[in-house]
Amino acid sequence: MSQLFAVLFDGFAYGMLLFLLSVGLSVTLGLMNFTNLAHGAFAMVGGYVTYSLVELAGWPFLATLPFAFLITAIIAAGFERFLFRRIYEAGELNQVLFTIGLVFAASAVAAYFFGTVHHSVDLPAYLTGFIEVGSVKLPAYRIFLVVVALVVTAIVVAGLEYTRFGAMVRASVDNQKVARGLGLNVNRIFALTFALGSGLAGLGGALAIDILSLDPSFGFHILVLVLIVVAVGGLGSIWGSFLAAACLGIFDVAGKYFIPELGAFLIYLFMVALLFIKPRGLFGRR
Amino acid sequence: MIAPVNALETGHLNKAFGKLVVADDISLALPQGARHALIGPNGAGKTTLINLMTGVLPPDSGQVRLDGKEITGLESDVRVKRGLVRTFQINTLFPKLTPLESVLMAVLEREGISGQWIAPLAARRDAIDEAFGLLTQLGLGDDATRPTHDLAYGQQRLLEIALALATKPKVLLLDEPAAGVPKSESAALFEAIAALPTDISVLFIEHDMNLVFTFASRITVLVQGRILTEGSPDEIAHDPQVREVYLGGADHG
Amino acid sequence: MDPHLWLKRKGRISPYEVAFWPIVLVLPFWLFPTYLSLSSQIAITALFCISLDLILGYAGIISLGHAAFFGIGAYAAGLLSAHGWGEPLSGLAFAAVVAAFAGWIVSFMIVRVQHLALLMITLGLGFLLVELANSLGSFTGGADGLQGIDTWKLLGVWKFSFWGKTAYAYSLAVLFILFLVCRRIVRSPFGLTLEAIRENPDRTTALGAPNRAHLQKIFTLSAGIAGIAGALLAQTTETVSLESLGFQRSAEIAIMLILGGTGRLYGAILGAIIFMVARDQLAGMNPQYWYFWIGLLLMIVVLFMPRGILGGLERLAAFGRRR
Repeated sequence: MSQLFAVLFDGFAYGMLLFLLSVGLSVTLGLMNFTNLAHGAFAMVGGYVTYSLVELAGWPFLATLPFAFLITAIIAAGFERFLFRRIYEAGELNQVLFTIGLVFAASAVAAYFFGTVHHSVDLPAYLTGFIEVGSVKLPAYRIFLVVVALVVTAIVVAGLEYTRFGAMVRASVDNQKVARGLGLNVNRIFALTFALGSGLAGLGGALAIDILSLDPSFGFHILVLVLIVVAVGGLGSIWGSFLAAACLGIFDVAGKYFIPELGAFLIYLFMVALLFIKPRGLFGRR
Repeated sequence: MIAPVNALETGHLNKAFGKLVVADDISLALPQGARHALIGPNGAGKTTLINLMTGVLPPDSGQVRLDGKEITGLESDVRVKRGLVRTFQINTLFPKLTPLESVLMAVLEREGISGQWIAPLAARRDAIDEAFGLLTQLGLGDDATRPTHDLAYGQQRLLEIALALATKPKVLLLDEPAAGVPKSESAALFEAIAALPTDISVLFIEHDMNLVFTFASRITVLVQGRILTEGSPDEIAHDPQVREVYLGGADHG
Repeated sequence: MDPHLWLKRKGRISPYEVAFWPIVLVLPFWLFPTYLSLSSQIAITALFCISLDLILGYAGIISLGHAAFFGIGAYAAGLLSAHGWGEPLSGLAFAAVVAAFAGWIVSFMIVRVQHLALLMITLGLGFLLVELANSLGSFTGGADGLQGIDTWKLLGVWKFSFWGKTAYAYSLAVLFILFLVCRRIVRSPFGLTLEAIRENPDRTTALGAPNRAHLQKIFTLSAGIAGIAGALLAQTTETVSLESLGFQRSAEIAIMLILGGTGRLYGAILGAIIFMVARDQLAGMNPQYWYFWIGLLLMIVVLFMPRGILGGLERLAAFGRRR
């Protein structure tokens, strides 16, 4: 029983990591219909920022996280302003291939600077051990992940629900034409949302170093997982992404634990079936 | 004596999006050879009604009958094959194809050989002649082999109609055929419509009252998804209700 | 302009085409005999790329999992041979039927979804198949690849030798014949209908076209051709690996098509040649740098040559004529 609980919790924590990695893409895809497969590459940037600061500059792990967010967000804003903006009207296939090209190039650049080896970071002692909850021992880092994810979710949801900027984002997701008609600067809203969403991916990338390993192919590895979360959850839906990420995490971890030979197969099967029945995902509006 | 069968009729069509009622108990009859105008303020549900008739939207309740036969459950493309054809308010064409190819495609589809892939296109001489003839008839003969996206706006509106005619419709639903066309050219466009053979029954949506009163033999006024009234141009012009709701209301340009 | 003449001119064979095929036949045999096995690979890849062009370039269906059908064809031909029937032509036919059948089944899903759901379903089906082939290891050879393929003499005369003369002639002949078939298809009424659906599916519906039936037909056909390409690879290399099904192959083929230019068949062939030759020449390079350049090239093509290299050349030629 406690073993089952530990596995489920492990999966949930993994799901929360996936949520952090995906939520930005869900919002930007819902907002601009821009199919950005380079989202995982931005997560990789965050990972390497934290790796560099911890291992090369000697910073404490926690202090690097805001920078993983910020630096990724700034880089993403640059790409949005100078490259992505040119292909918003270029059609899905061009967007897919352009951003895949970017992942290729980014992975090569990462290999040039950091080598092709796997990297890890030294975590502070209070994040490495186990914490006893009732009769179960849970890994401290997983608990930390869940807490961070819940805090981020709260901030994102509150930001979308209660701020002026959030209201503008929601209006633009709902109906871009109407939003433009009301005089909202949808381009600027999108640029900012894109930067923030990519920043979250950067944060997720930093937090992912200890769970998935960090190497130049990171952007590819998480891409499929991120896309599954976004597609199944439904574009532009925070709660859809949350639910999809949690389910995917639990399913993946529990599947690998209990039915290792079928785990991944079942996930793809489930996704294909769900998208066939509900092409807009669980909570997609468009 | 048997009552003549209407070319198209709807029986108590209803459609709502949530609380917004876009079609409220609409029963409309289009006799053979009709030149029937559908007017009403913006958002009255005119295009929605065409979408319901052509099967783009499913109605919540009610029926659509073509030539007296129920077609309510049929897919859009099947309705087209039965002779119920529409055009679009905004140009809905094939930008990279030429007018010749576009109309040819419609002719081939009507002839049931659109899935044929053994003989080349150029071997379909009759279909090509028919497509080119239609384009010439609508004044597009000289531009038949230029890409559609290079055509002037008014020419694209004519191509909309040419495409619909290529399907040999029995009933033609024209959604603001002159939308966006300069006033000087819109009359010519309606002349082309008026010149259509009388075995085609036409229902058209139009905002320009001059055109409506010149070319329609009957007019239906739609307000907030409901039929306000129906009558001859003369009756509609003198209907106080219509004057108040529509003609006397805001300027609809 | 006379409409008959115009349509005829559009469909006629250009002098470039007449020059192209003898060159690709002669060049590898006499000038680069050491590159014959690469040349067969290119011919096979070009055929696979053409199959993607049929659905993507002409019908507008984006697929990130087309290697599934390539792999199904490869395994079908490979398994047939490994179980004792190595006659190559009937092997091709068998693979085509199996892959086309799989494509027909999948097409019911494909034509009902769009955008992200379409991308994810094609992607997911590809992954699904890799997992399946992997877990059926006793049947497919799993990660070690399918062994024991023995391809018999072509037409009972030509042996598939180490130097690969037969393999290249065979692959090129199949490519040429199927290219002619595809050329015929895209210039037929069916091809025109597909282009119209790609341009504006709502409008074709309003003209009475059963879009889904048309799209299912071309998808099935394309899957069959992809299967033949896969079978060619299995027969000429006498092995099938899991990679033949994988996402990487699906992505690469889309990249080649975009590089070459979609919706013109020759773009698929040109893209395959450029991509495969470049990869071969840069093989000594660290693979990371290969990825850097291919990534950069992709971005440049999307930004500045939306119609691919061939589209760019055509524009250049048209510009030259006007001057």
